[in-house]
Amino acid sequence: MVLGAADRTAVRALWLKLGSNVGVYTTEALERTFQAFPSTKTYFLHLDLSPGSAQVRAHGQKVADALTLAVDHLDDLPSALSALRELHAHKLRVDPVKFQLLVHCLLVTLARHYPGDFSPSLQASLNKFLSHVISALAPNCH
Amino acid sequence: MSLTRAERTIIVSMWGKVSTQADIIGTEALERLFSSYPQTKTYFPHFDLHAGSAQLRAHGSKVVAAVGDAVKSIDNVAGALSKLSELHAYVLRVDPVNFKLLSHCLLVTVASHFPADFTADAHAAWDKFLSIVSRVLTEKYR
Repeated sequence: MVLGAADRTAVRALWLKLGSNVGVYTTEALERTFQAFPSTKTYFLHLDLSPGSAQVRAHGQKVADALTLAVDHLDDLPSALSALRELHAHKLRVDPVKFQLLVHCLLVTLARHYPGDFSPSLQASLNKFLSHVISALAPNCH
Repeated sequence: MSLTRAERTIIVSMWGKVSTQADIIGTEALERLFSSYPQTKTYFPHFDLHAGSAQLRAHGSKVVAAVGDAVKSIDNVAGALSKLSELHAYVLRVDPVNFKLLSHCLLVTVASHFPADFTADAHAAWDKFLSIVSRVLTEKYR
């Protein structure tokens, strides 16, 4: 499932449109993930996960920054995300299935907020991009 | 896994709104499914799957009507979908993983059309409900 030129253009354009709100949306995505899929909270026992938590917001911003890094390095995701792969695959040992749950919640969040037409083809390009990010973070398990 | 009273209330009341756009929602969910997960087209070799196709619209309507039947009999989804369950088990044999994909696309579609109503509570309730529907449709497989 290659990230073609049209997909890259779509993802970059989407990111530009989201502007400085990426952190707001990744935070909402995290909150939805914790609520709909409580088993995901197991990785965050050290955080205050109550609604509106500043710690969740801070983590949402970290996720946003990582995704922005990924958008800026579409040609070389594995290398750009290698430190995060170390962290997620080897240190945190996040079950790769959990990444899919977060991606689902992120797509739902963007469908709600996107200032434009969150078309099926835009969703497909974004889904491909996020699959590549997951592959870069959990190489052998996806 | 069964729905709480609060979750049932959310689903039934949201359905009131969603059902007014039933055909659009059903068609769009299928478009999203086929765009993001092209492998799902394998079950529809007999269809014209281009956007706007009459067959796509007809099938989208069927899918949403079935979800509506489940909502109307929310206390007995297995009873309401018994015939469909047999159809999927004995005739269609859709691999269970695809129900997750369609559920995901339905939720993205609903989120896109009803951003204000699709709160985190509604999202969690709907995800659970569609999981129940999916389980009913695959429970006669073996």
